[in-house]
Amino acid sequence: MNPTPDNPTAIEVFGLTKVYGRGNTEVVAMKDVSLRVAKGEVIALLGPSGAGKSTLLAAIGLINPPTSGRIVIGDVPVLDGPQPLVNLRAFRRQHLGFVFQKANLIPFLNAVQNVQIALEINDTPPRQARRRALELLDYLGVADRANNLPAALSGGQQQRVAVARALANQPGIILADEPTAALDSHRGRQVMELFRKVAHERGAGVIVVTHDHRSLDVFDRSLEMEDGRILNPSPTAAA
Amino acid sequence: MNLASHDIRHNFGRFALTAMGIGLLLMIVLGMSGIYRGMIDDALVVVNGAGADLWVVQRGTRGPFAEVSRVPANLEHRLLAVPGVASARSFLSHNIQREHHGQPLRLSVQGLAWPEDNGQWLPLSAGRALTQGHYQMIADQSLGLALGEQLALGKDRYEVVGLTKGMVSSGGDGLAFFSVRDAQAVQFDLPGEAVRLERASRRGRAEQLDLGRTTPLLLDRAAGPAANIPALGPPMVSAILVRVSAGTDPAAVALTLAGWPDVSVHTADGQRELLIRGMIDKARRQIGLFRVLLVIISTIIMALIIYTLTLDKIHDIALLKLMGARNGMIVGLILQQALLLGAIGYVIAYFLGDWIFPLFPRRVLIAPADLLALAAVVLGISVLASLLGIWKAMRVEPNQVLS
Repeated sequence: MNPTPDNPTAIEVFGLTKVYGRGNTEVVAMKDVSLRVAKGEVIALLGPSGAGKSTLLAAIGLINPPTSGRIVIGDVPVLDGPQPLVNLRAFRRQHLGFVFQKANLIPFLNAVQNVQIALEINDTPPRQARRRALELLDYLGVADRANNLPAALSGGQQQRVAVARALANQPGIILADEPTAALDSHRGRQVMELFRKVAHERGAGVIVVTHDHRSLDVFDRSLEMEDGRILNPSPTAAA
Repeated sequence: MNLASHDIRHNFGRFALTAMGIGLLLMIVLGMSGIYRGMIDDALVVVNGAGADLWVVQRGTRGPFAEVSRVPANLEHRLLAVPGVASARSFLSHNIQREHHGQPLRLSVQGLAWPEDNGQWLPLSAGRALTQGHYQMIADQSLGLALGEQLALGKDRYEVVGLTKGMVSSGGDGLAFFSVRDAQAVQFDLPGEAVRLERASRRGRAEQLDLGRTTPLLLDRAAGPAANIPALGPPMVSAILVRVSAGTDPAAVALTLAGWPDVSVHTADGQRELLIRGMIDKARRQIGLFRVLLVIISTIIMALIIYTLTLDKIHDIALLKLMGARNGMIVGLILQQALLLGAIGYVIAYFLGDWIFPLFPRRVLIAPADLLALAAVVLGISVLASLLGIWKAMRVEPNQVLS
């Protein structure tokens, strides 16, 4: 799927604001952020530490609701301020995939089981889940390490398994928080290209928080955040 | 996919050690039940084995197992005259401690009413019952005596002709069965010098009486064996065991005997009740309290272990929640581990106990009811122990993955 603004919406957020604390201790981590990501689009979210990137990602990922604003995923309104409009856990299960700075693989499951568990959580029968997990590992080039525990995998391999897990339920949105921070530049670029491949081939909207400016050419768009705001809202962002 | 089993396989050494620890604790809980049941069984072994319907004892006493009871042996004949009494026989019970091969040897001496009772009813593991009225004994294996071995008690030697297994008194001493006469000889044995002094004393007392001074033969009699003095009764026994004839209600006979001013009568059930409620009641309560404490300790330890195992997985649980896992999956992970820990601990407790309990100095009797009760307790404490871990897991927020 080619990334064009005309593609259907993967996610759209309106006026997201996140405030921590009250009174003298009040901190505004994110202020009035609006954003639209089309299906098949890969977006880089840049900015210094404390700019609000991870806060935005946690809000979009439905794991740390905003203080105010709205989130629409696909065409389903899911959050109105802190108020959930759907079962968030079920919605995450079906529509969202996550990749983190650390691979966060479950240490007592091997590579294929780490992917399989994501499918089984979404009610895929175990055999079918295993077959699909192996396909994904193959797609990401780590099928030969399917039966290895995370401790036996290199950082890059672990991150590929994490990407496979994020893709397992064919989510409409993939959220990645500094996924290459623990990798060398070569492997980091490989992972970024992987996101691009996934977005374009599978039609998922991908938002990647990164500090790595060397790989920006991989992304369809880059958004810069500072002090909780997006500095360069793109033409596709909602007004 | 069963997450619990994968986690256990991954942390097998730690899990196995924990299960072993729980198993040892549960084995002690099981052992406590077994010791209590063994105590009851030991206490009742003679009462059950003697096959008496009524125990006739010294007035106001609770029988030979609870306190000292003395009744004349000829009470047998009075009892035989009571309608409904089929048989009456003497019974003697007392404890002694002697040196044997340089070690203290405690025996619970039981007198059998030879020749009516030769100990045929005893569960012999080797040898035979008594075949003569003197100088033979049947000993429990716990006394460490060998078949054919001779044991010197008092002025006589007694040959071990039979061995029993698991017959000990409520105090844990092995039972040794003799004829009543021999048991009396052991009980009332006096050193030669003491006998001589007593005879001289008797003569001295007789000399101070008119009857003694005027009847020289009486002085000779007083200085002779006690058995030749009609004024002195024969040695006493502990109780008379009564069997009622077929069709007779033991309670009816007991009612008749209750009117006799010199004796008290207890039914066999009453004697059992006295033993359980009286003699071993404190031990029962003590062991019961220990069992409750051990169960509480086991629960706390299990809860802490499950909680620690859960804390180790808190990041993984947060991740599972982030991926949308239902609470049931996370609860299942913790609960299954707790149940498996309990189940493995139970199996370890059973087999380890089976191996170790026979080496205990006192009998440890494990009944199927105790095993079932422990299984229920283990199930209960496993669920209870997992609650703390489950509570912690339920409080985990998915965004903890980001931290």
